[in-house]
Amino acid sequence: MLTLSVNGQRQSFDGDPSMPLLWYLRDELGLTGTKFGCGIAECGACTVHVDGDAVRACITPMGGVADRTVTTIEGLSTDGSHPVQKAWYALNVPQCGYCQAGQIMQAAALLATNKTPSEAQIHEAMAGNICRCGCYQRITAAVKAAATGA
Amino acid sequence: MKTIIENVSRRRFLVGAGGFVVAAQLLPAKAFAEMHADYQTGAAAMPHGVVTDPHVFVAIAPDGLVTIIAARAEMGTGAARTTLPMIVADELDADWSRVRIEQSPGNEEKYGNQDTDGSRSVRHFIQPMRHIGASVRRMLEIAAARHWGVDDGDVEAADHEIVNRKTGEKLGYGDVAAEAMALPAPAADQVRLKTPEQFRYIGKGTIKPVDQMDIITGKAVYGIDARLPDMKFAVIARPPVFGGKMASYDAADAMKVPGVEKIVVIEGTPAPAKFQPLGGVAVIASNTWAAMNGRDALKITWDDGPHAGYDSAAFRAEMEETARKPGVVLRDDGDAEKALASAAKVVTGEYYLPHVAHAAMEPVTATASFADGKLAVWAPVQSPGGTRDELAKRLALKPEDVTVHTTLLGGGFGRKSKCDYAIEAALLSREMGAPVKVIWSREDDIQHDYFHTVSVERIDAGLDQSGKVVAWRHRSVAPTILSIFAPDPKHEAPFEQGMGLVDNPFDIANLRCENGAAEAHTRIGWFRSVSNIPHAFAVQTMADEIAAAAGRDPKDMLLELIGPSRIVDPRKSVKNFWNYGDPVEVYPIDTARLRGVVELVAAKSDWGKGLPPRHGLGIAVHRSFLTYVATVVEAAVDEQGKLAVPRVWTAVDAGFVANPERIHSQMEGAAVMGYALARYGEITFKNGRAEQGNFDSYKVTRIDESPAETQVFIVEHGIDVPSSGIGEPGIPPFAPALCNAIFAATGKRIRHLPIGDQLST
Repeated sequence: MLTLSVNGQRQSFDGDPSMPLLWYLRDELGLTGTKFGCGIAECGACTVHVDGDAVRACITPMGGVADRTVTTIEGLSTDGSHPVQKAWYALNVPQCGYCQAGQIMQAAALLATNKTPSEAQIHEAMAGNICRCGCYQRITAAVKAAATGA
Repeated sequence: MKTIIENVSRRRFLVGAGGFVVAAQLLPAKAFAEMHADYQTGAAAMPHGVVTDPHVFVAIAPDGLVTIIAARAEMGTGAARTTLPMIVADELDADWSRVRIEQSPGNEEKYGNQDTDGSRSVRHFIQPMRHIGASVRRMLEIAAARHWGVDDGDVEAADHEIVNRKTGEKLGYGDVAAEAMALPAPAADQVRLKTPEQFRYIGKGTIKPVDQMDIITGKAVYGIDARLPDMKFAVIARPPVFGGKMASYDAADAMKVPGVEKIVVIEGTPAPAKFQPLGGVAVIASNTWAAMNGRDALKITWDDGPHAGYDSAAFRAEMEETARKPGVVLRDDGDAEKALASAAKVVTGEYYLPHVAHAAMEPVTATASFADGKLAVWAPVQSPGGTRDELAKRLALKPEDVTVHTTLLGGGFGRKSKCDYAIEAALLSREMGAPVKVIWSREDDIQHDYFHTVSVERIDAGLDQSGKVVAWRHRSVAPTILSIFAPDPKHEAPFEQGMGLVDNPFDIANLRCENGAAEAHTRIGWFRSVSNIPHAFAVQTMADEIAAAAGRDPKDMLLELIGPSRIVDPRKSVKNFWNYGDPVEVYPIDTARLRGVVELVAAKSDWGKGLPPRHGLGIAVHRSFLTYVATVVEAAVDEQGKLAVPRVWTAVDAGFVANPERIHSQMEGAAVMGYALARYGEITFKNGRAEQGNFDSYKVTRIDESPAETQVFIVEHGIDVPSSGIGEPGIPPFAPALCNAIFAATGKRIRHLPIGDQLST
């Protein structure tokens, strides 16, 4: 039995400690905003925050999040009011939208530690998050907008 | 074998007596157009055609809330759930903030054709949606007039209210909704369409994509997110070779994995299997992780079947040999052989484009619940109605006992036009007596794709003494998509030939198109823009090669090849010419528009300007899905061969444009996907098995190498110029424009995709 915090709520888990956090969130808690894309930390669709850091939930075993604080897209804000979400909305970033929760969580983690990232820093931070529809130009612009509050 | 193709849906194929017949459901093709005195499209000839009954698509609640049905699938273009409902709302003159969108289930008898593919949504439905909205507006006016006891010419509906022009009294849409919606649909001549200057949403690009807020807050429901009480989770071990099957298996270890509940064998279907599952061994468990671990523990012996030897490198050599010999002649203007023989100079290009996988970010997936003889499925499907029919057939149910709920699609790109995964979920739910979600891993999704075809394109162009092109012979060799529908076809179908091969718009007197035989050794399927990818790459690279050989500017050469403004009609020399299923008279090949986008993109990109060393501009133009797109790419290649794309310019002529904002996003995205196809896209086969499985081996574009800035320029037209496709046409010109830019930057000619490491060697 281990315990963890998910979006501010205390949860306990007594299943297979090797189960990735992704499937715990999706299958057991029903938090489906966090997406499955690759299972090997290549695409970033499953990005969540663990103690504030962006991590890939698909390769993070439950045993590794005992007593940790997990935030998913559902917990970033309830109403889309996080600056990154507001910028995403203003610039119509998503197309199909499937990767966007991961993109937003990655961008939010970047801006939490670097308030004014350069374009190169944005690209470096976001390079692990694949968008197949190809929204990158707007993602870059939205991260910049979120940083400046524009 | 006799092949007749009247019109092609991406799903409805029938095998007829004595030959393979693609069934076009020949509904009264002109009925809709005549009824409304509009231009005719191919919409009515699609399976189940067009439904324009406003009662089917619009409901208005007493509080005035307008519900508009989205019957097509939303996969990111915005067409299904934003643009088409927005068109209805505009003609209805509804306040968009009081409109909600409801997704219909799959049911083409009720909603008309739902195949969300072929870049057809706005193209085929802008007119029906306008008429539906305007009809409801008229019904509201009639109901309000009766309410006031005045002539219906004395009332006018606007902005969610009906005004009595005599008295100034007003009623909300909701106040008379019940009476209005009880009226029959007004006759066509009673419906007043807006004039374009009256549009409040159409053509503006100001409406937010409807699912935007749900997407950014994690609330949007994709196929993979469907959840039912007591749902089980399944993963399936499928035959690794196309045409193979399970010979024997041992599930003892799999059953020991905690959470694994059952092992179920799914029968495959002998080729041609259309959209039937590949078969295999399913592991059903209490969660996804347990199911995946259970599958890893299965011991399976496969019978690899007839394609066990498929080796894509050997197949490439075979196709190249085929392309060096004459093929079936598809178009033969003048005498290309004679003109080539007497040409002062012959330029030859042989191009290779490999299989690629769709790799939508959401792997295919479906959730099914079979109970009491009724089946419900939640799935990301591009063809909800077709999926329903396929499910009914495989499970021997009546279509009315099958409900297909279309979720959002996490990307589609053509893969989700094939519903094999939905059938898997249905079979497993029936077997389990419980709801089952089938999850495909990324490896499943890539290795068991309906792959984009592989092709060799060979073009010989003859130039006279003055450098003018006098001969053009294009040989195309590629396994056909028909191979999933018919036994062993070896030639491209008219709908593949029509995508950039026989519709060649160049002004060349001696022009010949041929198609050599090629066998399919894996599942071939539609991939965004389909055969336009290889055909346009070859034609547009050859145009650049000719420019280089003749010492001409590539843009000037391209315009010379296109020739003067005119209508090109391939029907003069092409049997069964396929114009994307739409009438040639309405959507001709208009070289003025082709020239127009070339000239526009050249001006916008400042073509001919000076560039830094090792930078180059490349240009390409292509008409596909009845839309004209020209793209200029700036490539930069450093001394080590590292490629960068600082800028892209794209000019689009898609006729009348309903939602320019989503056109920009489609074209920006096409540059990114186009880059992935050009730079990395390749699935290779060895011993019948796909050699790539995930994003580590099947690379796609990432943000740090993506074209940094894509500027999009839309050619403006009035509503009288028929709207054409948007989802796909951005793709074909990108790769040739990029490779032409690389040539301009480095002198290195790319004839084989992907570019891979060709620049560093």
